[in-house]
Amino acid sequence: MLFFSYFKELVGKEVTVELKNDLAIRGILRSVDQYLNIKLENIRVVDQDKYPHMLSVRNCFIRGSVVRYVQLPPDGVDIDILHDATRREARGP
Amino acid sequence: MFFSDAETISVITNDGRNIVGVLRGFDQATNIILDESHERVYSTKEGVQQLVLGLYIIRGDNISVVGELDEELDANLDLSKLRAHPLKPVIH
Repeated sequence: MLFFSYFKELVGKEVTVELKNDLAIRGILRSVDQYLNIKLENIRVVDQDKYPHMLSVRNCFIRGSVVRYVQLPPDGVDIDILHDATRREARGP
Repeated sequence: MFFSDAETISVITNDGRNIVGVLRGFDQATNIILDESHERVYSTKEGVQQLVLGLYIIRGDNISVVGELDEELDANLDLSKLRAHPLKPVIH
């Protein structure tokens, strides 16, 4: 629930999603859901020469199960608030 | 959840295949019904090969990415000139 809420705050920001097949896609975060599926807009594949497979795609849906990393803009993160929230979450109900 | 029905989409599956077709339906598990579908096979030696598949159900377990195909951008592509390594399979 925490990360779902956290990603909702990041909607509109530019992120880079690295997938478990090593593909990395940069784009504007349009939406996220409970499975942490991600929708990106205006995408650009990171190594476009190596991965021309998505040249005709502007917007995409990425299944949460296949995400390895989500790279965030450094100024898009309030690390103290995040730190606090995760500490509370870890403490349990 | 994602794009509306009757959109042309490009699916990347967990085994690294790229399948393009018309979205006819989907569900919460991201199972997809794809009409008029074809697979685009990328190779480093020759241009993109297109294999006609027809009406398919792709199980959600096996899907990595669903992209909205921009017909304009796709028309500008010369698939016969594209050379690329096939996509890697997903490793969990």
